Amino acid sequence: MSSNQTVSTTADRSPLVQSNRARWTVRIIGCTAAVATAFTVWLGLWVTPPDQVQGNLVRLVYIHPGVAWVALYLAFGLAAVSSLLYLWPRTRSLFWDRLAASAVEVGVVFNVCTLISGSIWGRPTWGVWWAWDARLTSTAVLLVLFLGYLALRRVPAEPDVRAKRSAFVAIFASVDVPIVHFSVLWWKTLHQGATVLNPNLSPTIHGSMAWTLLLGFVALTLVFVWMLLVRYRVGVLEDFLGTGELDLALLERQAEGVALDEGDVAVATGVANASDAPLQPGAVDELALPEGAR
Amino acid sequence: MALAAPPYPALFLHDAVALSGRFPLLAGVDLEVDTGETVLVEGPNGAGKTSLLRVCAGLVPATSGQVAVFGLDPVRQRNQVRRRVGLLSHASHLYDDLTVRENVRFAVRAAGADSRRIDGACERLGLSGRLLKTTASKLSAGQRRRVALSVLVARWPELWLLDEPHAGLDASARAVLNQVIAEASASGVTVVIASHETDFVEALATRAITVTGGRVTGGRTIAPLAVADRAPEGPSGPIRVGDDSPSGEVAHVA
Amino acid sequence: MWHDTILVAGKDLRIEARSRVALSQVAPFGIVALVLFAFALGPDRSLMAKGAPGLFWVAVLFCTVLAIQRSVSVESVDGARDGLRLSGLDPAGLFLGKSAAVAAQLVVLEVVLGLGVVLLYGANVEVPWLIIASCLLGTIGLAATGTLYGALSAGLRVRETLLPFLLLPIAAPVLLAGTRIWQAAMAGGTPADGSQWLRLLVIFDAVYVALGVVVYGPIQESA
Repeated sequence: MSSNQTVSTTADRSPLVQSNRARWTVRIIGCTAAVATAFTVWLGLWVTPPDQVQGNLVRLVYIHPGVAWVALYLAFGLAAVSSLLYLWPRTRSLFWDRLAASAVEVGVVFNVCTLISGSIWGRPTWGVWWAWDARLTSTAVLLVLFLGYLALRRVPAEPDVRAKRSAFVAIFASVDVPIVHFSVLWWKTLHQGATVLNPNLSPTIHGSMAWTLLLGFVALTLVFVWMLLVRYRVGVLEDFLGTGELDLALLERQAEGVALDEGDVAVATGVANASDAPLQPGAVDELALPEGAR
Repeated sequence: MALAAPPYPALFLHDAVALSGRFPLLAGVDLEVDTGETVLVEGPNGAGKTSLLRVCAGLVPATSGQVAVFGLDPVRQRNQVRRRVGLLSHASHLYDDLTVRENVRFAVRAAGADSRRIDGACERLGLSGRLLKTTASKLSAGQRRRVALSVLVARWPELWLLDEPHAGLDASARAVLNQVIAEASASGVTVVIASHETDFVEALATRAITVTGGRVTGGRTIAPLAVADRAPEGPSGPIRVGDDSPSGEVAHVA
Repeated sequence: MWHDTILVAGKDLRIEARSRVALSQVAPFGIVALVLFAFALGPDRSLMAKGAPGLFWVAVLFCTVLAIQRSVSVESVDGARDGLRLSGLDPAGLFLGKSAAVAAQLVVLEVVLGLGVVLLYGANVEVPWLIIASCLLGTIGLAATGTLYGALSAGLRVRETLLPFLLLPIAAPVLLAGTRIWQAAMAGGTPADGSQWLRLLVIFDAVYVALGVVVYGPIQESA
């Protein structure tokens, strides 16, 4: 028997009013992120010494690996896991879909920052703005893959159809990344080896620079979390604009039967083909929230 | 309303809501159709007749409420349900580049039915000779509907869902259609027809329901006509379409 | 599942035989692409010979996009996609059948393009079995991912522009591997490298065919 989750309108009204706890959590994370970032900037730009070889250019190490780690592993990893959780029937919930979408959007921003900061670093170091080595190429491909994800989400569709589609794309993209990475790795690599996690496990970076690097990672992670939470909230509000009207739409639909004045009913016969894109519900005012929502 | 119990009715819907985006196609449908019944679905345009049939076929999932076809969930147990259900919709699901025969053959084999029945079904519906070898792009609307119908006849599923099957057909095609429906009705198949052609269908239906505003808002039983008034079965010869039909025409099968 | 695969592949190939889109439109497009590449790279013969492997695979990728678009649009006329869903066909069989049909068309296209590359760019092939292996394995990967993404973008009005954007990055490993294998098979290449890349192609194919078999059903239902 198909007893799917009932179309709940009361439960979805509450997100409009964010709980105090949630609001304060986001604020605290935001403040901590700002403080940590400010601290990193201060340490990175003034306190730590310039490198013997690279000079002041090395200060980019406090940002660049940080944004890269956030983009590649945190953001897109989170997106992939959320997408899987959405597709798994037992944990299916639009929460995971919204989380994945927010993670991808923030991740794309961080990805662009990775490429730009890397490019700025690369120009004086290698002499070129761009090189086709493993890391750079797979990062660029990753960017394009998730831009595709965002493009797909912009296509108008019902929330669960869109969620399912995007989830599949996120998973395909994540599966492709290791393959792209390893295949490009067989090319000659220009990018330096890992600074901290290199095969000898002895970090090539010491003292105050190492601590600043760590702080940079932490600060950027906090910034990511804050942006994710804010973006998620925006997503909830966007989705809410639709669900609150369902009661109203149901009443209007049923009223068609009572009124039986076909001239008034704005619904076209095109309703017959449900496989088309969602229809405009005629008389329903999109922006009017039902009374109980206020 | 009690849950359906074995022996399961052909169709069981309880407070079924189906959405297309934010628009409710069905706004709480309650319906029970027993096996072997022939039901006429009436209602104005846009009321939800087509959506009702599509939900029963499993094409559109029900967002809330219960839907059961022969006791099975048409979404979760879709493969089992689809082999037992046939939907005749506005679109004929034909491939333009294939001939009539190839189209029917593909559709029948895809549905897992016996391909030996194809020839008989095609002949029944007047699709023979040159018509069989015509590519689908050259067919008229009535011929396309006949091809779709021949697939249905070859498959002969347990539940027929017919969505305005008479629309756009010429007289001879209508006659063939009426004959086929009559035969299906008589043979114990459950038939649900959404139609404006109430006159003919009433002759076969045991019951009519009215769908408006996405719900079933009315129903009536129909007194069965005397046997003599029913359309005779047989693949050829003139047919009388019910004595009380307003046109009272006698049509010849093509 | 295999019965459904053969049924669907047969249907798609019969439609292709009847309408001859791949042969009369996609193949000439591929040749045009090769010619345009030659214009872009200038009259330097050695440059073209060096670039031949990559250019071949780029042309194949473009043709793949067209072939997939065609495979999807066949189902969008007269609600044929609904018909496929209603028929109760095994979605895994449907996926494999459509992929097989696209793969068959791609193989023919690759033969045409391969000849074009050899003739037009003066490419010197030394180890033909590597070429053939790369084409076969690459085709499987392209057909599988293409059919998957075709299904994902099937009902959408923006399908024509969205599909290439989604598909080409995913197909990048095939491009990389195919190019490297061709380079290994040319005069002056190391065939041993080629086998390494073949292994990558096998993994890619296995992953996406498996994914497709599992995931095609849910994708279809959500369109």
